[in-house]
Amino acid sequence: MWGKRLFIAVFLIPPLLLYGIFVVSPYAQAFQISGTNWSGLSPAYEFVGLDNFRRLLDDGYFWTALKHNGLLLVLLPVATIMLGLFFASMISVGGRADRAGVHGVRGSGFYRVVYFFPQVLSVAIIGVLWKEMYAPHTGMINGFLRGIGLDGLAVAWLGDPRFSFWCVLAVLVWMNVGFYVVLFGAAMQSIPRDLYEAALLDGAGRVTTLVRVTVPLLWDTIQVAWVYLAIVAIDGFAVVQIITDGGPGSSSDVVGLRLYKTAFADGQFGYASAIGVAMFFLTLTVAVMFLRVTRRERVEL
Amino acid sequence: MYRLSRRGLLQGAAGVAAAGTLGGCAMGGDDAKGGDAKGATSANNPLGVKEDAPLEVVIFNGGFGEEYAKAHEALYKERYPKAEIKHSATQQIAETLQPRFVAGDPPDVIDNSGGSQIDFNGLVSQGALTDLGELLDAPSLDDPAKKVRDTLLPGIVDVGSYDGKFLTLNYAYSAYGIWYSKKLFDAKGWEYPKTWADMIALCKTIKAAGMAPWTYTGVHARYMSWPILAAAAKLGGIEVIKAIDNLEPNAWKHEAVKAAADAYYQLAVDGFLQPGAEGMDHIQAQTEWCRGHAAFVSCGSWLENEQKSVTPPGFDMAVAPTPSLTTGDKLPFGAFRGTGSEPFIVPAKGKNVRGGMEYLRVMLSRKAAADFTTKVSSLTAVTGAADGLSLSPGLTSVTELIDASQGSAFTWLYSTYYRKLERERVNAASLELFTKRITASQWCDQVQKSADEFAKDPAIKKYKRS
Repeated sequence: MWGKRLFIAVFLIPPLLLYGIFVVSPYAQAFQISGTNWSGLSPAYEFVGLDNFRRLLDDGYFWTALKHNGLLLVLLPVATIMLGLFFASMISVGGRADRAGVHGVRGSGFYRVVYFFPQVLSVAIIGVLWKEMYAPHTGMINGFLRGIGLDGLAVAWLGDPRFSFWCVLAVLVWMNVGFYVVLFGAAMQSIPRDLYEAALLDGAGRVTTLVRVTVPLLWDTIQVAWVYLAIVAIDGFAVVQIITDGGPGSSSDVVGLRLYKTAFADGQFGYASAIGVAMFFLTLTVAVMFLRVTRRERVEL
Repeated sequence: MYRLSRRGLLQGAAGVAAAGTLGGCAMGGDDAKGGDAKGATSANNPLGVKEDAPLEVVIFNGGFGEEYAKAHEALYKERYPKAEIKHSATQQIAETLQPRFVAGDPPDVIDNSGGSQIDFNGLVSQGALTDLGELLDAPSLDDPAKKVRDTLLPGIVDVGSYDGKFLTLNYAYSAYGIWYSKKLFDAKGWEYPKTWADMIALCKTIKAAGMAPWTYTGVHARYMSWPILAAAAKLGGIEVIKAIDNLEPNAWKHEAVKAAADAYYQLAVDGFLQPGAEGMDHIQAQTEWCRGHAAFVSCGSWLENEQKSVTPPGFDMAVAPTPSLTTGDKLPFGAFRGTGSEPFIVPAKGKNVRGGMEYLRVMLSRKAAADFTTKVSSLTAVTGAADGLSLSPGLTSVTELIDASQGSAFTWLYSTYYRKLERERVNAASLELFTKRITASQWCDQVQKSADEFAKDPAIKKYKRS
């Protein structure tokens, strides 16, 4: 009896301890700190109640950042999943159909590897790489545009508040899509080939097949992808900090960056924690809402 | 049989979490006392350093590297052979040291510099820094008859003082101005303009020669706010700047500031700025300048070291003051913004505060300062420490600039008092200005609005410059 309990305890306690110390405890402390005016440089602080949250409501810079996270939350998963599905289906069923079944496009193995490349690079490298890609004179993008005679389109991408956010969004899609191509590709392998052949025989076009057969059968995977991408969208800190640092002005600011700057550049850890707590509830709401909306019965064929 | 229910498990987890909260609280607990115990003083040891007390030094590992600090530490060790010196260097000053401040266990000397320096407003308002007044009044290492205070370049004490207390020693001396290549100007027969009208005329010539007259960094567009403020100070006198530093109402809307902003806005209107510069960071813009794609760039005297690897041989870079806006300017053409950078601090709660101050005194000796200048090609806060050294072209032009100014150098402090006001707000407004999205007077309004926000914010400690 005791032996069994001990056995269970030995396995349970270390991970629970780690989880408690490194996950639960920081969260709990963030709630505590968000009610203070702690500067992060001395043990001295005063409790200020909900002042930090009141200030948050009037902080235009915070709302601008939040708006960008909201846009990312809508656009990033949609764009990434649609592109991912498109590429994955091109790779596995995009090519010719013959008596041996449906094939991917020519060189699909090569594409599969190439799409995965960004996943192998660290976020910091991706950030620096793209910052140089967007550079007005030396960057590859403007070099390409000038090369094909579109000098008028070769603008200062990151220096223009109209474009900076979209530049960041493009990088986020680029760095994530490869992973979902592989994920969806793997899931598609498990769809029986004869389903596609049957659909083709019934006269379904490629698009119909994708929408009516592939997507429903991949629904579970897509749902997981959506949750992951939502997490990336709510964060976005690293890429934004490296590529634009939130600028010009706050045209590409995100909440994570605002939090970081409030804490480490402005020395206002109390207020920064309040931002963190707001983020916590926001993320929680998004996750719960999302799970509610996408909950559905298993697909019956 | 006992079965672990899900609820029981959650309760257990909550208990663990509570224990964790108690065990590792980020906000620290006890209020540790600093080691300010004074040892015996003597002529050789005026600050009363305990000879065997260990000393910990943390250096910002940026443009200047860390080698110079190792040389300084060796000099300290020479004086106090029994002291153990712990050296470390990082680029992440705030992230590395913030927890140590909270724990009451900061290092003895910190070079609080770089992009992630610890905010001075926070440090000062928390009383985390040692008042270095005693160091200023101690005899200098080179000449016991002279106080350390009297060996410093003008402006160093000002920029390190908060409400009259000298809390930071800005060790490097930076001159800010407009940079050009002497070689290029000699080859083309151009002459650096002393008035704004001449500047505009020269820009026309340069543009006609197929070169962009100016480049700038759009990402850090505040670099372009420097010549604006310098020109405003020269036009309207230092009082204009003091009003800005003191967050006075309508300080940024002063006629002189408006006139200066309008003058530089002209560069954008007339197309004298390099196209695309709004998307460049400072390295990209400065590299364009080094490659001869633009004639002028606004920067401080660290420029030469920063661009060392891409400057072509014989480029012969030189710095000049901002052109006078009118003939009736209150300050002479030679006046420029000169100020300390690379702020060294001695935390109040360090274990060896006396040793920390003594370390700074060692740094301010001529030998240590000359070594710094040789190693990193930057001047120091020590007057005349670079005399007799063979200097690079850029640094030579800086010393000429200082000599020609005849003591009329000035600086502003709002960017150290209220870092964010410059780094975020002025930065953003300046990019808008130079991309012609706002006019000069809108720039003044926008910055004034931000300054008012700072003046109103109770979370920000205010300082008064007199």
